[in-house]
Amino acid sequence: MSDKELSAVEHIKIASNYLRGTIAQGLADELTGSIAEDDTQLTKFHGFYQQDDRDLRSERKASKLEPHYQFMLRLRLPAGVVTGQQWLKIDELAHRYANGTLRLTTRQTFQYHGVLKKHLRPLLQGAYEVGVDARGACGDVNRNVMASANPDLSALHREVHDWSVKISEHLAWKSRAYEEIFLQQPPQGEDHEPIYGTTYLPRKFKIAIAIPPENDVDVFANDIGLIAIVDNDKLVGFNIAIGGGMGSTHGDEATYPRLGSVIGFATPEDTLEVVEELVKIQRDHGDRVNRKHARFKYTIDDHGLGWIHEQLDERAGIKLKPAREYKFERNGDPLGWAEGDNGNWHLTLFIENGRIADFDDNGTAHYGQYQGPPGYKLMTALRELAKIHTGEFRLTGNHNVIVANVKPEDKAAVEELVAHYGLDDGQKYSTLRHSAMACVAFPTCALAMAESERYLPTLVTKIEKIVTDAGIKDQPIVIRMTGCPNGCARPFLGEIGFVGKAPGKYNLYLGAGHDGARLNKLYRENIDEQEILAELTPIIEQYAAEREAGEPFGDFVIRAGIIAETTEGRFFHENVGSPEAA
Amino acid sequence: MKVTPIQEHTSPLDAQQAQQLSALIETLTPMQVTWISGYLAGINATAVAGEVAAPAQAAAPAAQGDASEPLTILYGSQTGNAEDIAETLRERAEAAGLNATAYDMLDYKPKDLKKEKNVVVCVSTHGEGDPPDNAEELHAFIYGKKAPKLDGLKFSVLAFGDTSYEHFCQTGKDFDAQLEKLGGTRLTDRVDLDVDFDEAAEAWIESTIDKYKQELGGGETPHPTVTAMPGAIAAPDAGTTSYSRKNPYSAEVLENVVLNGRGSDKEVHHIEMDTEDSGLVWEPGDSLGIIPENDPAVVEELIAALNLSPEEKVTGIDGEVTLQHALTHQYEITTLTRPLIEKYAVQAQNESLDALLAEDQREALAEYMHGRFLIDLVEDYPIAAMTGQDFVRLLRKLPPRLYSIASSHAANPDEIHLTVAAVRYETFGRARSGVASIQLADRSEDVKLPIYIDHNKNFKLPDNDDAPIIMIGPGTGVAPFRAFLEEREEREAGGDNWLFFGAQHFLTDFYYQTDWLRWRKEGLLTRMDVAFSRDQEEKIYVQDKIRAAGKEVFEWIERGATVYVCGDANAMAHDVHEALLELIGENAGLDADGAADYLKNLQKEKRYQRDVY
Repeated sequence: MSDKELSAVEHIKIASNYLRGTIAQGLADELTGSIAEDDTQLTKFHGFYQQDDRDLRSERKASKLEPHYQFMLRLRLPAGVVTGQQWLKIDELAHRYANGTLRLTTRQTFQYHGVLKKHLRPLLQGAYEVGVDARGACGDVNRNVMASANPDLSALHREVHDWSVKISEHLAWKSRAYEEIFLQQPPQGEDHEPIYGTTYLPRKFKIAIAIPPENDVDVFANDIGLIAIVDNDKLVGFNIAIGGGMGSTHGDEATYPRLGSVIGFATPEDTLEVVEELVKIQRDHGDRVNRKHARFKYTIDDHGLGWIHEQLDERAGIKLKPAREYKFERNGDPLGWAEGDNGNWHLTLFIENGRIADFDDNGTAHYGQYQGPPGYKLMTALRELAKIHTGEFRLTGNHNVIVANVKPEDKAAVEELVAHYGLDDGQKYSTLRHSAMACVAFPTCALAMAESERYLPTLVTKIEKIVTDAGIKDQPIVIRMTGCPNGCARPFLGEIGFVGKAPGKYNLYLGAGHDGARLNKLYRENIDEQEILAELTPIIEQYAAEREAGEPFGDFVIRAGIIAETTEGRFFHENVGSPEAA
Repeated sequence: MKVTPIQEHTSPLDAQQAQQLSALIETLTPMQVTWISGYLAGINATAVAGEVAAPAQAAAPAAQGDASEPLTILYGSQTGNAEDIAETLRERAEAAGLNATAYDMLDYKPKDLKKEKNVVVCVSTHGEGDPPDNAEELHAFIYGKKAPKLDGLKFSVLAFGDTSYEHFCQTGKDFDAQLEKLGGTRLTDRVDLDVDFDEAAEAWIESTIDKYKQELGGGETPHPTVTAMPGAIAAPDAGTTSYSRKNPYSAEVLENVVLNGRGSDKEVHHIEMDTEDSGLVWEPGDSLGIIPENDPAVVEELIAALNLSPEEKVTGIDGEVTLQHALTHQYEITTLTRPLIEKYAVQAQNESLDALLAEDQREALAEYMHGRFLIDLVEDYPIAAMTGQDFVRLLRKLPPRLYSIASSHAANPDEIHLTVAAVRYETFGRARSGVASIQLADRSEDVKLPIYIDHNKNFKLPDNDDAPIIMIGPGTGVAPFRAFLEEREEREAGGDNWLFFGAQHFLTDFYYQTDWLRWRKEGLLTRMDVAFSRDQEEKIYVQDKIRAAGKEVFEWIERGATVYVCGDANAMAHDVHEALLELIGENAGLDADGAADYLKNLQKEKRYQRDVY
């Protein structure tokens, strides 16, 4: 292909001098809170997105003020593991340089919102002080590497965590741009990107490691999913799943979510090489013209899985072994206390929307932008826990927090804080709410078409009533909501999924697998709350009456003929709607 | 000044005379030409009266003095009021046959003062009793070591001020006292004008002209040569229309938006008014005068406190009206001034109020007045049986308010834009508000506001479009610079433009941010430096940014830049002045005196202009 056909972002990468662009000049410009437009593509590689407060857009325009530019900044945190000391620093930075809240993401990391341009440097320097960076947290590179947070097997968790760090470091981009621009370190010779080259990847790239039977990382939603195979409590290797990804575009059927295809098994010795070669196949063959067709999933579907095997063989002589048996049971988090196999204790706390904030007596935080229980001092509570906790914290793929490796003698102190601040260890909220997840959306996300984080809690309250009336309030049903079809909260893996179309209007999806191994399908398009509740009520009632023992909601709606099964991403757009409506 | 060379055959001059005169004229400024023409006219009159004694002139009234002896009117003015009156005086003096010339003090050589026989000073006072910028040099001169003996001088002083300031008319008082001290003879008593000066100024003009006419005689007809010179100071601005302070145009407010973002401590409004059919013309740097009305709620409260009826008939400024009308539209009913309290005290006959007015209680009175309005006085020292008529007699006329115009006529001929800080605060448990600013902010919808243009020739873009300019305008002081840039954009002026702006917070107080960003992108705004004082622990102000860029600022000045300062007179203008002195000293290698001379010289060249208030 000629250069001319390349997407605009490709040209920006090429011209960027290893991701520098004019970011430094942009930071020095005091007349605007924004950076140059081209640079906004590059800063993603450094971990942050330029956004603006969309609630204020029109009033600021009338006042002849530029939009309230601000940045969303994600940290790179393999497997979502932090020490208490790191937690305290991350918390402090949120108060000093962001909007005083923290957002846990669905990829096991912290996200800051409302960071002003002048605070980017001090924030990143502060994080660096405790050994944390934001390199590659966004951008066309490998993103934060996830790993099962499930703590039952302590030794295994440590091993898998080590793997996430190893892969994260191996695939981190290497240019010194981050050090020079943000840490203000002097240049050190020439830059070199051994894996990525000067144009990096065609699109973002995601890797996760799951330990069956828990699929808390939604391993199939990743470009590469590693499924840990354990024999006699020992990690013997990984099944390799490739080509997962959520993102799609409304009305564009060439785009679709896809779940990873398991293509074989690799031993620990071979795994890193397999991962690297898969990344390089995508680097060389991914679509650099059309960014909506640039994820690994399209490269795979365009060429076929056989071609991937050939490529692996051709490029590195890799011949994968047949996949091993595995079984996932759920993609949610088991909440509350669990005893690890090393005798330590782990407490999984539910964090609604992943939003860590202190809510005032009116139940709002950050000038009313976020809502929560009145007087709920969640942020303070977690900070207090970080002060006394000697083990580590693990962020989960469902944006919850695990206080991990609590020594038996320290358990009482942790319990006391949990009780004092009224944290949810699984007892406080309903099962339905525990199974619900939303992306950030308004007011900061530029892509959002409808509310998500600020709305889902209200909607859940209304659905709670339906399930309670139907007598199944303890039944976990995975609910996922996003403000757009790009997939941050993995909406296409919700047994009930909502994807924003317009303010107050959502597409309703049904039928994903409770284990995260089957996509859902569009049931109703562009409907408001009243219609959502009217649609869901009879289905939930029917489920309560007719389900088989242990049958998850997502399986039932297919068996009952309410929605057709999505067998593969490519067929996501087929047989949509309910059969009678079609 | 460029002139067609004088030819021997087209003039009564011989070749050498013609050449000498042409050579001289070429070096003259318009002002000097004006002066010389008056001077020559004077000589001519003497010759006619004294030597030729033609029959027609012999019948001229016998002058006690010399009819052609020049009358020099010197004005120093920050807002243009003194200038306006000085011009009116000059016109009337000419009409009365006097040989009068008016000079901006900035353009007048102090050394020439000793040659003068007849001088009228019209001067305002600003800040803490300080002379306005253009009067500074002359004021310093008459108090300095080089001050001449002025034994033969006859003088009169008209002082402009505002009784709500402690140092009311101080600069006028200074001139009056010092000219006498230097040997001058006061021809008419000084008059101190308050903000409602129209009538008093009119009376003073009449009496002053009469007095000088008695002294100087004067012909029956004006000297046409004095007004004939193009470009002379007497030429009115192109923008003069039939609308004026006394005959304002009624304008509709088209747009009223708050320029501050959410969460700001400030409230600054951008106001756009419709001037489409007004014929109003202004230049960047001019101000808009607004004749405001008082807040109906304040009027109501005051009338209630006085225990009077709003319907009571009083004779106001123009005939009989209701008390409510008079207090709403005609009189100032908020600000306390010493003269007002003095008049009030006569009626109140209250011992403690009288005590407050004692000469040794000035500080105590100032403290009482601080933060209090007329309503407080009425409540604190009630007068049992006062009529509405008695009450309005105490008051001064509601003065117009001036706002720097924030738009260019060339760019937006049908609209006039203002940048208005809404004045609201609370003192002594009562909400207070600025008369005009709050009328504009809260009560300007669906009403027409009386407006007029107040020209300010001391704050003007350079004639040379290629000359660079440096604009320093923190807060609402940035208003005229929006007009400057619109004008330069419209004119496609090639000169570099550098703006310094400051405010409390970047996020919420960056007035006209999107305009500046657009102009920077388009290349019109060459450079902009901003100081947001409260966005970091240590406070940063425009003067700090000026210092930081001292070398470049000096380079711009050296290549011909004019420096403009607009905004707060009390702290900012002083601090900016100091910063300029510092950077000039540092970069020109000058000591403090040298830097001061350098800046003074810039001021004389009109390359350091200030509009501070």
